[in-house]
Amino acid sequence: MKRLSTIAFVAALAAGPAYAQFSDGVVKIGVMNDMAGTYADLAGPGSVIAARMAVEDFGAEKKGMKVEIVSADHQNKPDVGSNVVRTWFDVDKVDVVVDVPTSSVALAVNEIAREKNKVFLISGAASSDLTGAKCSPNSVHWTYDTWSLANGTGNAIVKTGGDTWFFLTADYAFGHALERDTAAVVEKNGGKVVGRVRHPFPATDFSSFLLQAQASKAKIIGLANAGADTTNAIKQAAEFGVVAGGQNLAGLLVFLTDVHGLGLKTAQGLIFTEAWYWDMNDANRAFAKKFAAANKGIHPSMVHAGVYSSVIHYLKALEALKSDADGTKVVAQMKKMPTDDKLFGKGSIRQDGRKLHPMYLFEVKKPSESKYPWDYYKVRATIPADQAFRPMSEGKCPLVKG
Amino acid sequence: MFELLGIPPQALFGQLLLGLINGSFYALLSLGLAVIFGMLNIINFAHGAQYMMGAFTAFFLLQFGIGYWPALIIAPIIVGITGIVIERLFLQRLYQLDHLYGLLLTFGLALIIQGLFRHQYGSSGLPYSMPAQLSGGHNLGFMFLPNYRGWVVVLSLIVCFGTWFVIEKTKLGAYLRAATENPTLVRAFGINVPRMITLTYGFGVGLAALAGVMAAPIYAVNPLMGADLIIVVFAVVVIGGMGSIMGAIVTGFGLGVIEGLTKVFFPEASNTVIFVIMAIVLLLRPAGLFGRAN
Repeated sequence: MKRLSTIAFVAALAAGPAYAQFSDGVVKIGVMNDMAGTYADLAGPGSVIAARMAVEDFGAEKKGMKVEIVSADHQNKPDVGSNVVRTWFDVDKVDVVVDVPTSSVALAVNEIAREKNKVFLISGAASSDLTGAKCSPNSVHWTYDTWSLANGTGNAIVKTGGDTWFFLTADYAFGHALERDTAAVVEKNGGKVVGRVRHPFPATDFSSFLLQAQASKAKIIGLANAGADTTNAIKQAAEFGVVAGGQNLAGLLVFLTDVHGLGLKTAQGLIFTEAWYWDMNDANRAFAKKFAAANKGIHPSMVHAGVYSSVIHYLKALEALKSDADGTKVVAQMKKMPTDDKLFGKGSIRQDGRKLHPMYLFEVKKPSESKYPWDYYKVRATIPADQAFRPMSEGKCPLVKG
Repeated sequence: MFELLGIPPQALFGQLLLGLINGSFYALLSLGLAVIFGMLNIINFAHGAQYMMGAFTAFFLLQFGIGYWPALIIAPIIVGITGIVIERLFLQRLYQLDHLYGLLLTFGLALIIQGLFRHQYGSSGLPYSMPAQLSGGHNLGFMFLPNYRGWVVVLSLIVCFGTWFVIEKTKLGAYLRAATENPTLVRAFGINVPRMITLTYGFGVGLAALAGVMAAPIYAVNPLMGADLIIVVFAVVVIGGMGSIMGAIVTGFGLGVIEGLTKVFFPEASNTVIFVIMAIVLLLRPAGLFGRAN
């Protein structure tokens, strides 16, 4: 009799809380990005909102999963970001780090997540090294990368005659990667890189660099930077008559919030590549409406959409695995399952950690074409998922065998 | 054609001119700081935030249909008034204390102001277009000079030397300088010293706002625009000699040129070169180039 009750007790324990296997019973999501600086609008507090929406839409509570979201500001500094993430993993029992724009910080977090066997879902960072030489069995690179931007924008421009390039490059990991990947695309298509200048990050005045770009006589001035650096450079290029002088600008990484800050009058005609735009279908529009209401009217960038989509897929993997303890196993499960959510549709994650989906070549509308607030882009071309990202064989990722 | 270190002379002229243009922003901002420090002994760390407020005020005025030209006058007045409120509420209580208290207070205020603007308007900035009269530019042969930048240099020179003239050469300036030396004595002559000090702070803040309005059409109007600049401007003031007005003006322009040249020869170092110069100057002349040692 006594033995029977013990068995019953053990059985009850095992069946009781369905997700007792989660470390300390809670799935803890840490959203880390630039909360106050130059990237705060394109990621920032909006990414926390996106993560929260993902947890709600996944229905974690109904499924008996307890999910908590914490957030932190890495100030775009790798040392600050590393400290936060180490504390998160060691003390606060955070299971997964999400977003992390600024490639130098993301590369640091990538190593810590690998060392501690946790999960790292990258949305904001761009460096294609994250699925190349530095790829990790604990990371998934979700939204975009420097290779896909270079491939989309570089190809389109070289093919329409922009075959000589001068780069204005932000002097850190991201800028270097973007410049390298774009230069490769330009040269592959028969174009030529005639010069480059590396500016400090962040910078305010670009006039001197623009003058050097003008002197180079390159047809295209490639802006291998992001955020306020890009908007400042575009604003000042207009002032210095760069376009009037026969040269064209290629914004290699432009976000919706940048276009908003520039105004259509200055930004019109700009061509660039992105992974997601809010006004492309009803599902996106519904998401954007709900998001903007919670985010002071600022509409979601592709980084926010990527945070949403990656968190949903992560939770699905946990549901299937019924455990969040082993980071490598969770990521392996994420790779095994096809991805499917309302923002990015159906897709998959490759062995090297690269999430695959189509990329889009956008053009900024003229002020006369814009009918309502945040109506900024029109689609120029769709790059299908199998062509949008670097072939796995060229990435030199050590995880890829054969 | 001869070349200097691999740079053709035309390009060099262009860069020198650009350096001068950037220098005019430094000069205008460091002028305000120098006036405030020289007259009030306050290290005004809120200067960058007040510069940002100038740019934002210009943007708000535009929403009411008030364009760039009136904004050049109205925005500094509005921001200057906020400065006067700050002086009356807080700063006037600190004159007897160490510089450090003023620095900490204004630094705190700067963080609060920036935080509020960021909370309300986000970090990616707001659009502000150039006045139609000043768009376009001239081809000088060695470079394309946008009209607006030319205007910035001219206006900055006028304001800088006007301020210098008022403080160093007029009766009003004489009162002001006397009041800093010995307020009790000046009061005995029937001059309202506290009011004069308050207005001086308002004026210094107004200068920052003016620089902000001038920056709005060419730099992104965002809550962090001042934070990025203020450290450089402080270095300029320290190199010029704390509180020296002529020092602030000359160093502002001079460092703009040096920074401009660095952007050609060694762009990666262009945001550190000013601090290297500051270290050297402080080693050789601790009071700064134009400062008087106490």
